Amino acid sequence: MLANANYWLKTNLFSTPLNSTFTGLTLAFLILVVPGLLDFTLFSAVWSGGPDACRANTDGACWAFIGARFPQFVYGVYEASERWRVNIVLAIFFIGIAALAYEGTPRRNLIALGMLVVFPIFSVIMLSGGVFGLEVVTTTNWGGFLLTLVIASFGIVVSLPLGCLLAFGRQSDNVPLIRTLCIIFIEFWRGVPLITVLFMASFMFPLFLPSDVTIDILLRAMVFFALFSSAYMAEVIRGGLQGLDKGQYEGGESLGLRYWQSMRLIILPQALKIQIPAIVNTFIGLFKDTTLVLIIGLFDLLGTVHSSIADPKWSIPTVPYSGYLFAAFVFFVFCYGMSLYSQFIERKYGIKGHT
Amino acid sequence: MTTDNNTMVEITNLNKWYGKFHALKDINLKVTAGERLVICGPSGSGKSTLLRCVNRLEVHQAGTLTVKGIELTNNLKRINEVRREVGMVFQSFNLFPHMTVLENCTLAPIWVRNVPQKEARETALKYLERVKIPEQAYKYPGQLSGGQQQRVAIARSLCMNPEIMLFDEPTSALDPEMIKEVLDVMVELAETGMTMLCVTHEMGFARQAANRVICMDQGEIIEAKESNDFFDNPTHPRTIEFLSKILGH
Repeated sequence: MLANANYWLKTNLFSTPLNSTFTGLTLAFLILVVPGLLDFTLFSAVWSGGPDACRANTDGACWAFIGARFPQFVYGVYEASERWRVNIVLAIFFIGIAALAYEGTPRRNLIALGMLVVFPIFSVIMLSGGVFGLEVVTTTNWGGFLLTLVIASFGIVVSLPLGCLLAFGRQSDNVPLIRTLCIIFIEFWRGVPLITVLFMASFMFPLFLPSDVTIDILLRAMVFFALFSSAYMAEVIRGGLQGLDKGQYEGGESLGLRYWQSMRLIILPQALKIQIPAIVNTFIGLFKDTTLVLIIGLFDLLGTVHSSIADPKWSIPTVPYSGYLFAAFVFFVFCYGMSLYSQFIERKYGIKGHT
Repeated sequence: MTTDNNTMVEITNLNKWYGKFHALKDINLKVTAGERLVICGPSGSGKSTLLRCVNRLEVHQAGTLTVKGIELTNNLKRINEVRREVGMVFQSFNLFPHMTVLENCTLAPIWVRNVPQKEARETALKYLERVKIPEQAYKYPGQLSGGQQQRVAIARSLCMNPEIMLFDEPTSALDPEMIKEVLDVMVELAETGMTMLCVTHEMGFARQAANRVICMDQGEIIEAKESNDFFDNPTHPRTIEFLSKILGH
C-alpha cells in the first residue's frame, strides 16, 4: 500500500523538478488559505442568534443572518401569507426535474409533456393568482431564488427549441430569405451585451408600444433574456449539425423522409448528443447571467442578498461576506449539479452510438 | 414521350455541370423492369453522379430524367414519391448510429409509409433474415462489422418495398473478406427480379448477376452492352483499357 502511494506521488506530483515546484507552491497556497477559510465558514461561524451574536464575534461567518433572511432569499417580498403557493410550485418543479433526470421513472414522456406544457401554465396561475379565488401577487413582489428559477427555466426551455430552429434556418442554403433572417437575428443578439438587452427590455421597448399598453417588466426581461440565449444556443447547435456526416442527411433523403422528419428523427438527436457539453455550458452561463436582472430593478437571489446586506440592523463587517458566500454556494450547487448530470448523460450515450 | 409500364428509369439528354466542370454529357439510358444494370468506369467518370441523379441526391441542369413515369424536377412532392420507390445503398452505409438495427429498418416505413409499428418490425425482421443477420436486430450499427452494416443498409432499403434499388459502390469501403457476403446478398436480390442499378468495380458480380453493363468515361457513356457481350467483345478502346486494368491482376 505504502509503496503504491509512494509510486503515485512520484509519478504524479514529483516527476520533474518543475512539477515538484508546482506541487510545493500549490501545497503552500492550500496551507495558507484552507485553514482560514474553514475557520471562518465553519469553526468560528455564528450559526444562531440575532445581530448581536454576530457583532460579538467577527472572526467567523454570520450564518445567523442567512437564517434570519432565508425566507426573503427564497421568495423575495412575495406576500408571506401566500408563500404556500410558491412552495407548491417549487416542490412540483424539483420533483418533476428529479423524476425526469432519473431514467427508471415510468412514463417519462408523459411527465416531460406535463412539465413542459401543463406545469408552466399551472405555475403562472399559482404564482400570479387572480383566478380561482387566489389573491393577486404582482410580479414586482416576486424575488429571490424563485425569480432566479423562473427566469432561468424560461430561458432554458425557450432557448433550446428556438436555438434549434435558428440553427436549421442558418443552415438552409436553398432558402436564402430564411437563412438571412436567421443570421441577422443571431448576430444581433450575440453582438449586444446582455446588460444592454435588459436595458432595452426595461426602458426602450415600452417606448415603441402604444401608451395604453403595458407589458409586465418581468415578462419583458424573460423574453429578451430567452431570445439572447437562443442566439448562443443556435450557434452551439449549428456546430453539432456541421459535425455530422453528409451521408446522414442523404441516408434520410434517400428513404423518402421529409425535411422536418429527417431533422427531428436523424439529424437533431445526433447533433444534440455531440453538443451536450456545450449545451450544458450555455445553460450554466444562462443560469448565472440571471443575476444581471438586478440592474433593471428585479431582485433575484443575488439581488436580494445584495439589498438585504444594506439593512442597518445587520451592519456588521462579516455580514456581506456571509451573504455573498451563501449566494455563491447556492449558485455553485445548481451549476455543478447541471455539470454532473451532463457528464453522466455523456458517459451513458457515449458507449453506444457513433461508428 | 411514350413510357410503357415496363420502363423504370428513362434518361434523355441528361447534362450536369459542377461549376465549369461538365460532369455528365448527354446521357441517354433506359432501364426496364427487372433489369440489372452495372455501371463501371474509371474514378471521376461520373458514374456515381449519374446514379445519384436517379433519386435526385444530385440535381441535373439539362435533359429529362423520369422514374416510373414521374419526371424529376424541383417539385419536392414528386421527388419524395420517387424516393419512396427507389432504395439506395451507399459506399459508406449511412446507417443511423443512434438507432438500433431494427429501428434503422422500421424508421422510414413507419414515418413515410405510415405502416403500423408492429407490422414494420415484422417486415424488418423478415428482411434482416434475408440478409442473414436477424440476430443483430437489437444492436447498434457501431457494434457491427462493415459487411454486416452494409447488409443492414440493404435490408433498410428493402423494408420500403422499393421497385428499384441503387447501389453506389457498395463494397468499396469493405475489407476484402467481407465483400463476398454483401455480393451474395446482392446476387440473391437480383434473382428475385428486382430492378437494380449498380455502380461497382466487382466485375465478377457484373458477369454473374447483370444483364447489361455500361462503361462511362469523362461524363459520357462510352459503351453499353449485354453483360456477356461487354466482357467478351468490348469495342471502345478506353473500355478495353479500363477492363484490362481492372481484370489484369
